[in-house]
Amino acid sequence: MRHAGVLAALREGPRARLLALGREVSFAAGTRIFEEGERADRFWIIRNGTVNLDIHVPGRPAAVVDTLGPERLLGWSWLCPPHQWHLGAEAVGQVRAWEFDAAEVLSLCKDDHELDHELLSYVVEVIGRRLRAARTRLLDLYGPYGSGPQP
Amino acid sequence: MTAAPLPYRVVGNRAESTDTRTLELEPAGEALTGFRPGRFAMLYAFGVGEIPVSVAGLRHGVLSHTVRGVGAVSRALCAMRPGAQVGVRGPFGTEWDLASADGDLLVVAGGIGLAPLRPLVRAALSEPEAHGRLNVLIGARTPQDLLYRRELAAWGRPYCGVTVDRPAPGWEGEVGVVTALLDRASFTPQDTTAFLCGPEVMIRATARELRHRGIPPERIRISLERNMHCATGHCGHCQLGPLLLCRDGPVVGYDRAEPLLAVREL
Ligand SMILES: Cc1cc2nc3c(=O)[nH]c(=O)nc-3n(C[C@H](O)[C@H](O)[C@H](O)COP(=O)(O)OP(=O)(O)OC[C@H]3O[C@@H](n4cnc5c(N)ncnc54)[C@H](O)[C@@H]3O)c2cc1C
Repeated sequence: MRHAGVLAALREGPRARLLALGREVSFAAGTRIFEEGERADRFWIIRNGTVNLDIHVPGRPAAVVDTLGPERLLGWSWLCPPHQWHLGAEAVGQVRAWEFDAAEVLSLCKDDHELDHELLSYVVEVIGRRLRAARTRLLDLYGPYGSGPQP
Repeated sequence: MTAAPLPYRVVGNRAESTDTRTLELEPAGEALTGFRPGRFAMLYAFGVGEIPVSVAGLRHGVLSHTVRGVGAVSRALCAMRPGAQVGVRGPFGTEWDLASADGDLLVVAGGIGLAPLRPLVRAALSEPEAHGRLNVLIGARTPQDLLYRRELAAWGRPYCGVTVDRPAPGWEGEVGVVTALLDRASFTPQDTTAFLCGPEVMIRATARELRHRGIPPERIRISLERNMHCATGHCGHCQLGPLLLCRDGPVVGYDRAEPLLAVREL
């Protein structure tokens, strides 16, 4: 099988060792997978379906800021303090995923330096990519000329 | 190519979004020839001024142009009712050159950048056996800003995805930058030809990601719609390094454009 996303970023050995810790889970459409501010003690790799990431805006419906599809990593706040979700996540349709317990993965990484290095490098890359995407969208590029930067 | 604009009659004016309309123009007399996907016309709103606008459709002698009203001329064009006259010069510039794309096709559009790509998508759909898989990736500001909504359902062969920066209530599609849709497209990088049009920041980010995924730079074609004036390569208004985009562009290969796009001020 050809992999994409996080599974493509890991070599076969570390990938298999990580997947051995994964539990198959599924979320019905509309399920809140996690809420902003809650304790971030797990993460998921999406197998199929789509997940919306949103921010709570007082007095208004949650604003969706990103969507994640198959083979994407859902959640990285488990990795660093304050170990709280900074966004909420909701299943758009039926979602199937592998769920990982953060403590279990971190404890495996203590001894498994190969996995530790590859997973950490990947998560840092994801955080960087999402930061760049968020910054690009702040430019309001598609807006009428004038709201974005002039070439 | 003509020096003086030829009169065309507006035969259709359809709203695409709050600030964008698609005009359909028929020659009032002599017709201009040689329009191809990627090329553009200079549209003259009599008494107001003239602006470059890409060809957004070419069917049965009718020229379509999708115009976003941002200033005096574009707003005057958007306001034209059927029967009104427009002056048209052209065609100008380089084309997408679909004929030379043998493998998979990857079309990536941002905002109004979808307009020049529409005739390319339509041409690819009309000759499916001539190409590999057709993937169309579209980024828009909001769902309301999405162009050609009624047509999009027929564009996915196999994939047509839309993502928006700001979803509205009821939007069930994707949210985020257009490059995030790449994981959903199916293409073999080394045999793929990519066609990109949109804001330059988006073009740069997308082209880099496509390079990273293994599409050769000469197979990445981008359309650079810098402000231009004369459209004949004389005034230098649209110069990008050694390129005069009205003459050498708007469609150029990323192999030529990459070093120029990396420069801060050109
Ligand atoms: C090759 C080419 C193809 C184009 N195709 C299309 C098209 O299919 N549909 C469409 O709606 N527009 C297209 N444009 C852009 C269009 O030409 C401009 O929006 C138009 O010239 C604005 O003129 P105006 O008199 O309406 O507004 P102005 O008052 O002249 O300008 C309004 C604002 O827009 C800015 N602006 C003008 N032109 C550009 C530009 N090219 N890029 C960024 N900012 C600009 C101005 O600096 C100003 O802030 C194209 C441009 C080029 C060069």
